[in-house]
Amino acid sequence: MLWYLGRRLLQLIPVFLGATLLLYGLVFLRPGDPVAGLGGERGLPEAVQEQIRQQYNLDEPFIVQYLLFLKGVFTLDFGVDFRGREITEVIAQALPVTFQLAMMALVIEAVFGLTFGLIAGMRKGGWFDGTVLVISLLVIAVPTFVMGFVLQFVVGVELGWLPVTAGRDPDFYTLLLPAIVLAATSFAYVVRLTRTSVAENLSADYVRTARAKGLRRTQVNGRHVLRNSLIPVVTFLGADLGNLMGGAVVTEGIFNINGVGGTLYDAIIRGENVTVVSLTTVLVIVYIAANLVVDLLYAALDPRIRYA
Amino acid sequence: MTTQFPVTGGGLPTGRPAGTSYDAGTDKPLLQISDLEVSFTTGVGEVKAVRGVDITVYPGQSVAIVGESGSGKSTTAHAVIDLLPGTGKVTGGSITFDGREIVGLPRVEMEAMRGRDIGLVPQDPMSNLNPVWRIGTQIDEALRANGFEGGRAERKERVAGLLAEAGLPDAARRARQFPHEFSGGMRQRSLIAIGLAARPKLLIADEPTSALDVTVQRQILDHLEVLTQELGTAVLFITHDLGLAAERAEHLVVMFKGRVVESGPARQILADPQHPYTKRLVSSAPSLASRRIQVAREEGATPDELLSHHADGEETRRRPIVQVRDLTKVFQIRGARPGASSDFTAVDNVSFTLPRGETLALVGESGSGKSTAANMVLGLLEPTSGVVEFDGTDVAGLSPKEQFAFRRRIQPVFQNPYGSLDPMFSIFSSIEEPLRLHQVGSKKEREARVRELLDLVSLPASTMRRFPNELSGGQRQRIAIARALALKPEVIVLDEAVSALDVLVQAQILELLGSLQDELGLSYLFITHDLAVVRQIADSVVVMQNGQVVEYASTDAVFDNPRQQYTRDLLAAIPGAGLEDAKIAG
Repeated sequence: MLWYLGRRLLQLIPVFLGATLLLYGLVFLRPGDPVAGLGGERGLPEAVQEQIRQQYNLDEPFIVQYLLFLKGVFTLDFGVDFRGREITEVIAQALPVTFQLAMMALVIEAVFGLTFGLIAGMRKGGWFDGTVLVISLLVIAVPTFVMGFVLQFVVGVELGWLPVTAGRDPDFYTLLLPAIVLAATSFAYVVRLTRTSVAENLSADYVRTARAKGLRRTQVNGRHVLRNSLIPVVTFLGADLGNLMGGAVVTEGIFNINGVGGTLYDAIIRGENVTVVSLTTVLVIVYIAANLVVDLLYAALDPRIRYA
Repeated sequence: MTTQFPVTGGGLPTGRPAGTSYDAGTDKPLLQISDLEVSFTTGVGEVKAVRGVDITVYPGQSVAIVGESGSGKSTTAHAVIDLLPGTGKVTGGSITFDGREIVGLPRVEMEAMRGRDIGLVPQDPMSNLNPVWRIGTQIDEALRANGFEGGRAERKERVAGLLAEAGLPDAARRARQFPHEFSGGMRQRSLIAIGLAARPKLLIADEPTSALDVTVQRQILDHLEVLTQELGTAVLFITHDLGLAAERAEHLVVMFKGRVVESGPARQILADPQHPYTKRLVSSAPSLASRRIQVAREEGATPDELLSHHADGEETRRRPIVQVRDLTKVFQIRGARPGASSDFTAVDNVSFTLPRGETLALVGESGSGKSTAANMVLGLLEPTSGVVEFDGTDVAGLSPKEQFAFRRRIQPVFQNPYGSLDPMFSIFSSIEEPLRLHQVGSKKEREARVRELLDLVSLPASTMRRFPNELSGGQRQRIAIARALALKPEVIVLDEAVSALDVLVQAQILELLGSLQDELGLSYLFITHDLAVVRQIADSVVVMQNGQVVEYASTDAVFDNPRQQYTRDLLAAIPGAGLEDAKIAG
């Protein structure tokens, strides 16, 4: 177990180096000069541009820039962006908001998805199953920005149940509506995955054995059907955490949340390479960590999986 | 609710003396099934699986229902414990247990009866234990569900007691393990412990050992018999093996297509079967049949004569088609930590010879290395050392192109006819695929060849358009054989090719293999754990144990005069081996 964990953590090193090099290469290859665009219509004097290039090491060759970036990573000093803000500060501001939003969405989709999927799977072909199927298809079919605006208007503006936008330093309450919008699509997938898995497990031989022992229906469902059905769902949820964190751009835009999505978008437009690469690398690490947690959860759910 | 849980021990109050007869006039039946009808709802309407079945089981009696798959024997048993799969429903008749009507009982009352009054030992030990819970937990559930009084410690002790009673050594430690750490036999013992945990009056044993090796099968059935006799439990056996049924039950019920065609005392049915179906069953039970199937040989044709058209000289004809010398395969098993890997010798210095047009059987329990050896002969696994010679050429030295050509000459048929055909391929595509791959003939010619092959395995040409899920297990195995024959191979490796089939179907397939061998001059490498089948098909036998050859001789020599203790054990384990005398004595 410890060996396994150690090996998995060691694997982080090549993944980190590969990801950053690839990302740095991509942003470097992007056409256009970020410094030339800084001065707006009139442009900056040549000397000032030159000074900015030197300050941000933009006049160095690619590999030197990359190594300087790595040095920044290991000393935890990424430098400042074009507007003079510390990049570590930019990340520290954007990441917690998005993380909270993603976690809320994950909990919503897990709790509702599993519950609805479980009921639908047990009563396969019934009215509940049919209704859930239609709803999940609808949710998958409607794009996020449509659902975002509709919910914002109906729940936020017309009914006034939840705040319309989040703004600075949002709390749980203001993030609830965006989290629901963000969770919607994945919720639909979790429902359908759980339903299929439960329906399959219900006809498994060991479920019949459990019933033959004289266990009551609720005991059979809780101990033998649910736990075994969780395994594929957990895989999906783990992979989804990464998507929720990186893919919240649209939702963050609609609800005016100052998170990773918006910051990343701004940084790409402005050509702030260090910010782009740093933020994306953090996302890569979150993604890897989520997958590691999933792999460890597997062992807890299924003793057949051993770490060797 | 207080329930007594008698524990087996020295002096047992409820014993069943061997050979007790039951008088319908004085004894009250424990289970009475009368005129039972069970139907399944399918896309095309209701299908009756059980039509008017009557079975009576007295307290402490052992009754076996015998029949092929689809005869309704399992459906009848599942109706008794109200665990019919899918859309199954009792549509007529009655089932009374201890004088109480079970059909239509409310769910909660039925749940109370299961485990406590009627126990179940299911068919497949691999799939019937939940892989995510410890063995002990799963037995403990059965205790708690049936009102066992006592705290955690007492239950733990009782679980260990039950496992020990089912014949599992070191039970307290075993209870903490998971199903995947158990062998098939150990799992089946655990399932027996679960079935008997609450001391039911009736135990339904649904093919309890058909998935196990013969030697393990015998131990487990012996144990089950002793245990149920000590506890005075009535047993309802479900099996497709007549030999096993006759050996284990006092009373036999033969089912065919949802009806009871014959019932009576076991010995009587065996000695004097009345119904034509029972007669067929008795005559084709592999454990009771004695001689090799020799279809064409009886007509005077020898394989040598038949071979002459593709043997181009005395030299080639004499040369064995496959020769294996000092074959060894070592697998590296990855350990829990780096550097902790260990070697496992699956096949250890094995040599044998398969002469042209003959059948060589590789016999052994699972894990004896027989399939690994076969995979090396097929060229699917690289040997660690040793030589496989095919028609005088070392297979290891072949170039990729030569290897492609070599594959045409040796073809496999695998155990599971359900798993080895692609469900998305029509029968035509399945058989045609090897021809297409090896670019044999035009599209028209290939279609003609598929027709010819289907005819060869006695299936109508219309089967081409169908899909595997529309065919029975026996039909699928015929398709697998047709596919293997497509490229006109010289050797066919049959890896447990008939083990998953019912006796009657098994007999048909063996007969088909026998006639194909004589017609086409094929050589078979026959891998099986079932010695009863070997006797019917093989010319010589290689007995393997732990990767080594322990005995290698002609079939008659092995059966009449086994030299090794291991071989004798295997022979003694064939169900019904001791019944031939009874059959003769009548």
